[in-house]
Amino acid sequence: MGKTIFEKIWESHVVSTIEGGPSVLYIDRHFIHEVTSPQAFNGLRQRGRPVRRPSQVVATADHNVPTLGQHLPIREELSRRQVEMLVSNSQEFGIDLYGLGHPYQGIVHVIGPELGVTRPGMTIVCGDSHTSTHGAFGSIAFGIGTSEVEMVLATQCLLQTRPRLMRIRVEGSLANGVLAKDVILHIIAVLGAGGATGYFVEYAGSAIRGLSMEGRMTVCNMSIEMGARGGLIAPDETTFAYMKGRPFAPSGEAWDISLAYWQNLSTDPDAHFDQELLIDAASIEPMVTYGTNPGMGTGVTRSIPSLSEIPETEKNHFSKALQYMGLQAGQPLKGQAVDYVFIGSCTNSRIEDLRLVAAFVKGKRKADNVEVWVVPGSKQVEKAAREEGIDAIFEQAGFQLRQPGCSACLGMNEDKIPAGKYCLSTSNRNFEGRQGPNARTLLASPLTAALAAVTGRIDDARDYL
Amino acid sequence: MRKIRSTAVPIPIENIDTDQIIPARFLKATSREGFGKNLFRDWRYEEDDEARPRIGFPLNDPACKGSILVAGKNFGCGSSREHAAWAIKDYGFQAVVSSFFADIFRNNALNNFLLPVQVSDAFLKHIFSTLEKNPAAELSIDLDAQTLTMAAEGRSEPFDINPYKKTCLINGYDDIDYLLSILPEISAFESKRPIFLQ
Ligand code: SF4
Repeated sequence: MGKTIFEKIWESHVVSTIEGGPSVLYIDRHFIHEVTSPQAFNGLRQRGRPVRRPSQVVATADHNVPTLGQHLPIREELSRRQVEMLVSNSQEFGIDLYGLGHPYQGIVHVIGPELGVTRPGMTIVCGDSHTSTHGAFGSIAFGIGTSEVEMVLATQCLLQTRPRLMRIRVEGSLANGVLAKDVILHIIAVLGAGGATGYFVEYAGSAIRGLSMEGRMTVCNMSIEMGARGGLIAPDETTFAYMKGRPFAPSGEAWDISLAYWQNLSTDPDAHFDQELLIDAASIEPMVTYGTNPGMGTGVTRSIPSLSEIPETEKNHFSKALQYMGLQAGQPLKGQAVDYVFIGSCTNSRIEDLRLVAAFVKGKRKADNVEVWVVPGSKQVEKAAREEGIDAIFEQAGFQLRQPGCSACLGMNEDKIPAGKYCLSTSNRNFEGRQGPNARTLLASPLTAALAAVTGRIDDARDYL
Repeated sequence: MRKIRSTAVPIPIENIDTDQIIPARFLKATSREGFGKNLFRDWRYEEDDEARPRIGFPLNDPACKGSILVAGKNFGCGSSREHAAWAIKDYGFQAVVSSFFADIFRNNALNNFLLPVQVSDAFLKHIFSTLEKNPAAELSIDLDAQTLTMAAEGRSEPFDINPYKKTCLINGYDDIDYLLSILPEISAFESKRPIFLQ
């Protein structure tokens, strides 16, 4: 029987397998950031261990950094301490750090791909659940906890049990105005917040192949929101074209050797998946979430389900979510007013996202009652946006272009949405309190967000194209 | 941790995510200790005010105590933040019972010697209703036998645990100890890595 890409990569990285237990999996790339690494470095110190392969580790500061005045010392003491510890730990253990002020700094899942550190066929981990983003290049990439960060630092390996495999095929073409974000929100709405727990997903089908690398990253990024360990997409010409010439991508002979390997990295026609799902691309609408997990979303022209449509066991959860959100069962989504628009996060803060938003808002102005924050995913994205004049378009529209970081995606820094306010957000989580205590998050695509910024409410972008 | 017998704290809510277990703003600490006081922070206090515990939330209910947390399906979904496991452990829990755990949370819990006990939906429902009637009911977890038992009535259900992880828990080993013990094997593997993975 043939093999899936996942199996091919996995098998080539297994050092050994404990009988009846997990496998020892070799890790090619390890990204670290300030929030989930300090305790791991403390552990290394306690054990008197070095970092085994510092050249395979890349560090950046993202979760906890301010997005205004990054050249100034961080005001909040605990945040500052965390960022300083990342600097001193990186120095002590010989790790390359793209920290504040560095031209490569940015959200860890944005910089890995854009610098060419992320490559097909690799195993990639980071102490962050959205590490699944890197799967867009045809790699096994997944989030780990801090104890596991310490394991990888100390040994370059992890103990892992092989997940089951699911393939999700999206066939056909997407309607104009329907983006990669809508595809993944649709899939999560179909499967539910825990629907892929225990699985690793391969996304396939013509609609997936038709996506840009940025779009593929958006899809893979949210795999975790349905519980999946990760998600990947077979590398192809789109992947190779994106990678060519990136700062750390292979070059010369190394490029040719790598390319030959990457071109063969695909799932065999007779490979087996434990579960398969087929989705018709044409059935996908622009999506918006109304609840407090990313599976609680629906098409923008629809209404929030009524209580009678909800299965008995989920009624409590559903009612609690709507109460938190201040929304009514059965209420149409279109027309719901928003107070904030956040365009950013590792899901949608790449240059393509900013270009799309800029193209839409050019010559328009934000609604008076809406505050709009655009937070680029990295210094590179910010630089490109300025070079392309996107900053001027945003300024005229009344949007605030900030400096790179996770920002209001998780509200760890000062970028919090006030209690009770609605934020239309291009990020990946609408959990209670995610963007600040009692903040109300509605997840959507950058296009739906741009439109909401202009009209002040949720609307169907297809009507404006 | 081979045997845990205790009363339990029930939180009958599904899909409890790591942002509820420990909100992001408390992730700024650089040690593993002290997270327990912010466990379920935003459900536990009115408007973030420690002087105003939210009435009705189980952690604030003097009748609910013990070293076992019982929670609804898909517990620990969301982020990889190990702070969630640290907070539960630091608060004083030794085991979490649910009918489903998110993958990363389960790993993080095990790596911190916090035992995730997965039972059937029906048994979980039974535990919740028993605890609702009698908050003093005791649960007993036997790691060797891999069973969870309602102590008074004797109703019991087996649970799964990876045999390797079970050995680790019983003997107090962790994965790093194991991986460090096979470093020569890892080096041998590493020396054969192809150029396209370097
Ligand atoms: S942008 Fe949000 S989801 Fe992405 S790494 Fe940062 S905090 Fe996590």
